[in-house]
Amino acid sequence: MAARKTTKKPNVSAEELKEHYRNMLLIRRFEEKAGQLYGMGLIGGFCHLYIGQEAVVVGLEAAAEEGDKRITSYRDHGHMLACGMDPNGVMAELTGREGGYSKGKGGSMHMFSKEKHFYGGHGIVAAQVPLGAGLAFADKYNGNDRVTFIYFGDGAANQGQVYETYNMAELWMLPAVFVIENNQYAMGTSTKRSTMSPSYWERGAAYGIPGEEVDGMDVLAVKEAGEKAVAHCRAGKGPYILEIKTYRYRGHSMSDPAKYRTREEVQKMRDERDPIEAVRSMLLTGKHATEDDLKAIDKEIKDIVNKSADFAKESPEPALEELWTDIYADELTQEAP
Amino acid sequence: MATEILMPALSPTMEEGTLAKWLVKEGDTVASGDILAEIETDKATMEFEAVDEGIIGKIMVAEGSEGVKVNTPIAVLLEEGEDAHSVPESAPPPVAEVKTQSSQDVPAATMDHPAPKAPMVDDSPDWPADATMKPQTVREALRDAMAEEMRREDGVFLMGEEVAEYQGAYKVSQGLLDEFGERRVIDTPITEHGFAGIGVGAAMAGLRPIVEFMTFNFAMQAIDQIINSAAKTLYMSGGQMGCPIVFRGPNGAAARVAAQHSQDYAAWYMQIPGLKVAMPYSAADAKGLMKSAIRDPNPVIFLENEILYGRSFDVPEIEDLVVPFGKARIWREGSDVTIVSFGIGMTYALEAADKLAEDGISAEVIDLRSLRPMDTATILKSVQKTNRCVTVEEGWPQGSVGGYISSVIMQEAFDYLDAPVITCTGKDVPMPYAANLEKHALVTTDEVIEAVKQVTYAS
Repeated sequence: MAARKTTKKPNVSAEELKEHYRNMLLIRRFEEKAGQLYGMGLIGGFCHLYIGQEAVVVGLEAAAEEGDKRITSYRDHGHMLACGMDPNGVMAELTGREGGYSKGKGGSMHMFSKEKHFYGGHGIVAAQVPLGAGLAFADKYNGNDRVTFIYFGDGAANQGQVYETYNMAELWMLPAVFVIENNQYAMGTSTKRSTMSPSYWERGAAYGIPGEEVDGMDVLAVKEAGEKAVAHCRAGKGPYILEIKTYRYRGHSMSDPAKYRTREEVQKMRDERDPIEAVRSMLLTGKHATEDDLKAIDKEIKDIVNKSADFAKESPEPALEELWTDIYADELTQEAP
Repeated sequence: MATEILMPALSPTMEEGTLAKWLVKEGDTVASGDILAEIETDKATMEFEAVDEGIIGKIMVAEGSEGVKVNTPIAVLLEEGEDAHSVPESAPPPVAEVKTQSSQDVPAATMDHPAPKAPMVDDSPDWPADATMKPQTVREALRDAMAEEMRREDGVFLMGEEVAEYQGAYKVSQGLLDEFGERRVIDTPITEHGFAGIGVGAAMAGLRPIVEFMTFNFAMQAIDQIINSAAKTLYMSGGQMGCPIVFRGPNGAAARVAAQHSQDYAAWYMQIPGLKVAMPYSAADAKGLMKSAIRDPNPVIFLENEILYGRSFDVPEIEDLVVPFGKARIWREGSDVTIVSFGIGMTYALEAADKLAEDGISAEVIDLRSLRPMDTATILKSVQKTNRCVTVEEGWPQGSVGGYISSVIMQEAFDYLDAPVITCTGKDVPMPYAANLEKHALVTTDEVIEAVKQVTYAS
C-alpha cells in the first residue's frame, strides 16, 4: 500500500468528518444493497461494486466545486452518489426500470447527469480518458476555470489512449485531474503481473505532467491531494495526476470468484485499513460524535438505501416504445456550458 | 426482525446452483462481509458473503444440495434476542414482482424500424431555379462550408493532423487558420484514437467539433470512440447526452497508394444506429451536406474522396446552401434501368449512362448523397418505373451498400422487378499497387454497362 501519511489535521471540523462518514457509508450500503438485489435476480448483466474504494471519490468530491465535471469507467455507482445524483434514479437504472437515470437503457455501466456534470459511465476500459480530456478542452475553449476529474483504474492505465491523452492534455494545458484508482487488480491480474513500472503516476513525467501517490484509504489525504491538483488546474498550469492507492473488497464484477488473491489479504485490508472505520474511529476518539450520533447516521443511510431499493423494484420496466427512442437527437438540446 | 437469506444469482446467466459448503453453522454470529457459504455456479465456485449482521438461526438447505434455484431461502438470519422458532417453517420465497412489458404482447408490425428513412419522395429543388451558378472544386466547397459555419457559431472548431499551419494535408482547410486562429483550427499530434476521443468529449460538453482524419483509413485507430462513445451515448443516456460532431476526411481509393490506404468505409459506418453518414459526389452537395452535418445534433461521418477534391462542379451562389440528409438526387432521368450510386461511384454511373444512351438504353441515375438516413423511397419509386436496378460502389461486395439496397428492393418492390438487382462493387481483394491491377480492382464503367445490359436483357 501507499506510504501512510498521517493527515489527521487538527483543523478538520467535526461536521466535515461526519459528512465524509455519511457520504462513504451511503456508497457502502448502496453497493451492499445492489449486491443483494443482484443476488435476487433484480439486477442483471455486469455489476461492478465500489466497496472498499469509497474514500477516493468522497475525498475528491470534497475538493470539487460547482460546475466541475467528472467522468469514469463502469465501476461508477460510487461516483454518481458522491456527486449528488439521486440514489433512487441510480438504483432504478440498475434494475433496468423507467425511473432510472437512462430510463433503463444504460444499466449499471451507463448513466449520465447533465445537472450534476457527470458524463458517465463508460464500458470500454480507458475510453473515458480522452473523453474526459475533451470535457476539459471544452472548458478551456470556453474560457472558464472549471476542472474535470477523469477516473480510471490501474488496468486502464496500460491502455495506449491514456498516453495519447496525456500528451495532448499537457500540450494544450487542459484543466484535467487524471485520477488513477489503483485497486491493484485489473479484473484478476495484479499490477505485479501487468507492468514493470508499477508507479503509474510517474509515467506522467514523460509528458511533463506532475502528480503524486495518495493513500486512498484515508479520505482526508485524498481530499488534500485533490485540492492541490484542482488548484494546479484552475491556475492554468495544465493537467495533474493522482495515483490513489485503494482496494476493492469485492470481485471485479458480481460473477468474479476472486481466486487471484487470498481471503487473508482482503480481510487484512478490511480489518486494518477500512476508510469508513478510520473516520468512525476519528469521530469517536476525538469525541466529535457519540455512538448514538453515528447510529442515527447509519439509520438515515439505511433508510435512503432501502427507499432506493423499493423505488427500483416498483418503478415499471420501460415502455416498449423506448426501444426506438433516443437513437437520434432531433435538435440540439444541450445548452452551452 | 428475522430475515431469510436467499440463494443468490452470482453471474449474469445463473438460474440455479449447488450449495457446495456451509462455512457457518446455526447459532453463529456473522457480520457484513463474512463468508457464509461456497456456491458453485455455471462458471465457478463463489464465496457468498453476508450482507447484514446477525445470528444464523436456521440452515434450510443442506450443503451438497444441487440445483438450488436462485431466490430459494437457504438460511434464516436472526437479530440479537430473536428465536429461530419465530420464523415460519416454509415462508414462500419473495418473488420479485416485475412489471413486465413482454415484447410478445406487441405485434411485430408495430415495432417501427428506427433507421431514419424518408417516408416519401421529396423532390423539391435544393436551391432556387434562378440561382446564379459558379464553378467550384469540391475542395473549395468543403472549405467554404466549414468557414461559413464557423462564422455562424463560435462552438464550431476544426481539429486534426496538419489542418492548421500546413493548411490541410489535402488543402481542404486552406485559409481557415488565418481567419479563425489557433483556438479554433487546431493541429493535433498523430494520435487518432486520442483526438477522436477528445473531440467526442468536447461535443458531449456542448461544443461542435469537426474532426478531420487525414484519411478514413486512419480512423480505424479511433473507431471505438466513433461507435462506442459517439454513436451510442444518446441512447445509453436515455436521451440526455448528445454528441454533435462531424468526422470527416477522404475515404476510399486514391491512386496507387496500395492496400492500407485504399478502403471504402461506406458500408461499415452505414450499419451503425446513432450515426449519420454522408458521401457526396458534387461540389454543391459537398457544401450543402457539410453545412447540414455541422448543424446536426448527432455524430456525422462525412466521407470525402481525394480524387473528387480537385473536380469542379457548378455551385449555386446563394446565402445559405443547406442540403438535407436522407434526400437523394436524380442526376439523370431514364426509363429502362435505375443506376444507384454515391460518392465517386457516380463517376462510373454517369459515364455508363452516357454510353448506354448511345445504344438506346435510357438509364435513370440516382445519387444517394447520404447513406444513413438513406432515401430508399426515391430508389423504390424509380424501380417501380424502370423495373431494373444496378448499384455502383468502390467498396467490397460482401456486406456492401448495394447488397442492402437490393434487399430493400426485394422486400418492398419484388413484384416490380423484371430482373435481379446487380451490385457492381470493388473486387473482393485488398488494393494492389500495380497500376493495371489497381484499375482492375476498382469497379469499372464497362462493368456497369455490362450489368445494365444483363438486367435489360440487351446483351
